[in-house]
Amino acid sequence: MPLTRDQIAERLAAVGYIADRDLATALLLMDMLSRPLLIEGEAGVGKTEVAKALADVHGTNLIRLQCYEGLDQSAALYEWNYQRQLLAIKAREGADAEDIEAAIFSERFLLARPLLAAIRQDTAPVLLIDEIDRADEEFEAFLLELLSDFQVSIPELGTITARTIPRVVLTSNGTRELSDALRRRCLYHHLDYPTQDRELRIIVTRVPGIAVALARQVAGMVAALRREELAKVPGVAETLDWARALLGLGVADVGDDPAAVFETLACVLKTQEDRARISREVIGRIAARVA
Amino acid sequence: MDAGAAMLARLAGFTATLRDNGFLVGLAEAADAARVLASPLAARPAWLSASLRALFSADADDWKKFDEVFAAYWLNRGVKRVTKLSGAAPKGPRTLRQLAESGAPSGEPQAADSPQRQGDDANTNPADRTGRREGASRAELLARTDFRHIADPEALAAAHDAAARLASVLRTRLTRRDRAKKSGRRLDLRRTIHRSIGRGGTPLDLVRRQRRTRPLKLVVLLDASGSMSLYTAVFTRFIHGAMQSFRAADAFLFHTRLVQISDAMRDANPQRAIDRLSLLAEGVGGGTRIGESLAQFVRWHARRTLTSRTVLMIVSDGYDTGEPGVLGAAMAALHKRCRRIVWLNPMLGWEGYAPVARGMAEALPHVDLFAPAHNLDSLRRLEPYLAKL
Repeated sequence: MPLTRDQIAERLAAVGYIADRDLATALLLMDMLSRPLLIEGEAGVGKTEVAKALADVHGTNLIRLQCYEGLDQSAALYEWNYQRQLLAIKAREGADAEDIEAAIFSERFLLARPLLAAIRQDTAPVLLIDEIDRADEEFEAFLLELLSDFQVSIPELGTITARTIPRVVLTSNGTRELSDALRRRCLYHHLDYPTQDRELRIIVTRVPGIAVALARQVAGMVAALRREELAKVPGVAETLDWARALLGLGVADVGDDPAAVFETLACVLKTQEDRARISREVIGRIAARVA
Repeated sequence: MDAGAAMLARLAGFTATLRDNGFLVGLAEAADAARVLASPLAARPAWLSASLRALFSADADDWKKFDEVFAAYWLNRGVKRVTKLSGAAPKGPRTLRQLAESGAPSGEPQAADSPQRQGDDANTNPADRTGRREGASRAELLARTDFRHIADPEALAAAHDAAARLASVLRTRLTRRDRAKKSGRRLDLRRTIHRSIGRGGTPLDLVRRQRRTRPLKLVVLLDASGSMSLYTAVFTRFIHGAMQSFRAADAFLFHTRLVQISDAMRDANPQRAIDRLSLLAEGVGGGTRIGESLAQFVRWHARRTLTSRTVLMIVSDGYDTGEPGVLGAAMAALHKRCRRIVWLNPMLGWEGYAPVARGMAEALPHVDLFAPAHNLDSLRRLEPYLAKL
């Protein structure tokens, strides 16, 4: 039973993901058109979280494939369990070669990697293909084929057709240009850093026990930091860490305790350069402005 | 139903408008859009806009301009048939096309901080004494002539072709080297076990895996400022050759700002490529802000275009009119991101030239290979260096 747009938005909020306005539409379209969703955006805007929340919304498993350079079929799709195969061959020594071959290339010796696992589930899972831009072009082409047919052929075993079609979410950081074919195949959603208002709601939802006043100040400070020219712009995870740190130190108002704010900057500024740029005075000014 | 048919006709018009604005819209997308129109999502413009945006956008650029195209088409019918958003900048006063057509300009470099040219005759440079190549003599002569002295358009075209050929030679050299690798590093268990069945399960024949290697990626940053104008035309053709023959290559052009020209240069027809480029390259032949341009590259393009297997080739004379310090910082950042930085300086081939310009001095500590590029020979001499990487 397909959900409506508002239901999706509500359920996303219920599982702790505060979506931006149009994400629910994109997620609804995914189901309606059975297309994968490609999410792009800076590091730390919550791309991966979308897939996790989606799995929660639909009450299914999340199967994650982390891409990296050199990722190949044997790590993404399936692999034979060689050690067991060797043992089985030894155990059957003297038997007919054909029988041995039939025995060791059976399901029992097959190790399903994420992509194969995703199409063999009983209920359609959410398949997260994370950072697809890190994998190489060959893998991208292979993935395109899988995403259109949802079947896998294993030479020794035959063709495995998908039991259920997974909901596929791809994320990309833009370290490499993706092929036009893949982009066209997918729905597209661009995630930006959350607006100050949305970030406030995220903090309140995800950091239990935080006062709204403090959450608002943290959101304001992070928004101000993002406007500075930083080498590594803080993402949502950094914001949450910072909010937790300030809460843990018992800070109720950043205006009262600029020292604590400066000391906890390690939560949001992750390079030496950025630490040097945001001096005690700069962060003091920012804190005073939001206090 | 008539209303449905009218809607579909409007949709077809919309997909055509999107294509005019550079969106990649195929039949499958159009068919899916028709399904969206028939669904409850079409009830409100905001929902429809969001749905079609997710469906039709392929990257962040599309994503950003979609709303404007959507509004122009669906909400203000007849106001603008085609929204011109795709960034076709007006022609600058001096375009690359004009540069290319005029052949080698007659005058001296115009930039205020041009150095005194001492060794006027390129034939006195050391390369020529070792030049002992066989084959067509005309080509050899061209190979040694400083690009500045190439006057007639035919000779210029020949120089262009030679540059393009060189780019393809570089590439084949690189791949051939990869093929020569013999023993694999890792055991291929899958094939080994397959083989072992015939021997009763004893893996006697070990199959090894050869790590596939790939050719290097080339990223060229071409300085197209006034002081480089004598060389721009030739290097534009060099880039065109490189884009055609390297499997992975990207090209940028900078003067006071940075322009990505990869798409234009991928056009197989050189004249059309130059035409498309001249649309992009507004302000070619003006001053140079190398530092700012490189910083812009680091900020917006480096992460996407540079990999650990990338050779970054910067073609510039190093005369920077920007703030001091910016260039050095940008070079340091770039150096961390790619395999090698090759800086080609046409003036290095001039006799008596020393890299004393401030920009050049700032950049040099971060450059792996600093080489001249005033004639085709000097480009060829890069080949062994690149093949060794």
